[in-house]
Amino acid sequence: MSTLAVTLETRSPARVLVSAVPIAVALLIVPFVLDQYQTILLAYGLVMAIAALGFNLLLGYTGLLSFGHSAYFGVGAYAVALMVKYLGTTSMELFLLGAILSTVIVTALFGFVCVRYTRIFFSILTLALSQVLWSLAFKFFWVTGGTDGLRVPTPMLVGVVSPKGDKIEFLSHGYYWYVLVIFFACVALMWVIVNSPFGKALQAIRDNEVRAEFIGVQIWRFRLVAFMISGIFTGIAGALWVPLNGLTTPEVLYWQFSGEIVFMTVLGGFRSFAGPIIGAVVFNYLKTFAVGFTVYWQLLLGVVLVVLVLSLPTGIVGSASRLWGRWRKSA
Amino acid sequence: MSVLLQTRKLVKYFGETHAVDDVDFVVNESEVLALIGSNGAGKTTLVNLISGLFRPDGGQIIFRGEDVTHQSVHERIRAGIARSFQLVNLFDQLTTLDNVALSIFAREGKTRKLLVLAEADRRVWQEAAQILHLFGLEAKARMLAGGISQGERKLLDVAVAYALRPKLLFLDEPTSGVSTREKAPIMDTITSVVRSEHISAAIIEHDMDVVFNYSDRIVAMHQGVILADGSPDEIRRNEAVQTNLLGVTEAPR
Repeated sequence: MSTLAVTLETRSPARVLVSAVPIAVALLIVPFVLDQYQTILLAYGLVMAIAALGFNLLLGYTGLLSFGHSAYFGVGAYAVALMVKYLGTTSMELFLLGAILSTVIVTALFGFVCVRYTRIFFSILTLALSQVLWSLAFKFFWVTGGTDGLRVPTPMLVGVVSPKGDKIEFLSHGYYWYVLVIFFACVALMWVIVNSPFGKALQAIRDNEVRAEFIGVQIWRFRLVAFMISGIFTGIAGALWVPLNGLTTPEVLYWQFSGEIVFMTVLGGFRSFAGPIIGAVVFNYLKTFAVGFTVYWQLLLGVVLVVLVLSLPTGIVGSASRLWGRWRKSA
Repeated sequence: MSVLLQTRKLVKYFGETHAVDDVDFVVNESEVLALIGSNGAGKTTLVNLISGLFRPDGGQIIFRGEDVTHQSVHERIRAGIARSFQLVNLFDQLTTLDNVALSIFAREGKTRKLLVLAEADRRVWQEAAQILHLFGLEAKARMLAGGISQGERKLLDVAVAYALRPKLLFLDEPTSGVSTREKAPIMDTITSVVRSEHISAAIIEHDMDVVFNYSDRIVAMHQGVILADGSPDEIRRNEAVQTNLLGVTEAPR
């Protein structure tokens, strides 16, 4: 009885680190290898990856499709812009703090309304609420700048790295590394969350809500917490995005952007942890390429994405790991 | 034998139908009880009311001397009432080991922990592995719950409920949908576990062989009311049961 046949093989943190470290090193040296434009482009990709990572806590792990994650990205972005406008803040850390606090409040309110529902009802509610925020940003132009948006100057990092001189130089070096560090922190934190007892409980809710309730998981509360964590990650992404972009407009609150977050995640594969990260980076390149290639970029992007999703139904990461498995078997 | 659970004049209507009608139902400590009756007799509804899935339209549910009628599912589980499901309810995309471990995490209030790795809690995984062993599923520990046989799924469904360490375990047709050959081993496994741990089990069952072989007491329901209540021998001889239930199902040997 005590000598059990079950070996508890674990994906230990050490083993994960072995595969993560080379990637981390490669990302760290990017500013020395790639040109400034490419580095900044990658920074955009990493920011989107944080947003998609947060989004996927709901879709992949809790089984809730939010169609309103632009709201939390936008709240993060506008929190920064409004801090600049009304408080004259320049510190990036304060920006992040402000963005986190704002998304905590907004996700708590929105989550309270949304998590009582599932499936299409949940999706529609999140969509509707995000559109409310969009229209507020759109209409209250004396606060939000309306369609002109709000400008955000390059911030000061950790109180010392001040953005004097060349802005492009700053964004492609100091700011890139700053984004990268936050990206690493977010990935590590999310990895722990999805592998925690709490994360397991979310997956239980995803797989079988009724049974989850009958082992004593308080579904409603767990969904709310997942909703908030998800939104906060996306809000952090929004805050990191504004200095890169230089300004924020109501576009980041619009439903189309919510759709992009969904697409990134599905493209990469929402059944795997790395899926949304890969998907966001790839999507960012695809979109940039399409925009540069033709004025009908949305059409081109749409076609490319339809083909990708049809040919890789489990996403890039899902398909890659299947190929890898097949290759290992045959070898 | 002392009373573990009793219902007083429990009532549940579905529109005009009196699914459960003034039912006084008792489960004693450390007994294996069978709940029988034809389809629509109100057995599952009764279990749904006691486990908290449905709210009763009247009456009381007393568990260990405490009124749990208005408690949430969560509170009832804490008090010691667990259940399995007729149509297997599992976490299909998690491993069988995860399924059982989740019950343990939930029981110990650890599912709130979000900044520690679940894998790090050796005690939970060891207990989960032991429970799988008890139910003869240890070889399937690393398989997804969605990928094992129906008989194994039925057992896992019970194991997930058992892992909550309940005092009262409701099993809704633990052998339905499995081959006749698999029924006895499943029931042997379940009853040996509950008897050795002095857990009371209330089993809804249609197979009369299973009912008469494995239970200490039988409660027969018919159209929302309790028709008879007694030992297997008493039930076998009961005329009302014979005409209403045993006549329409297979006769007991």
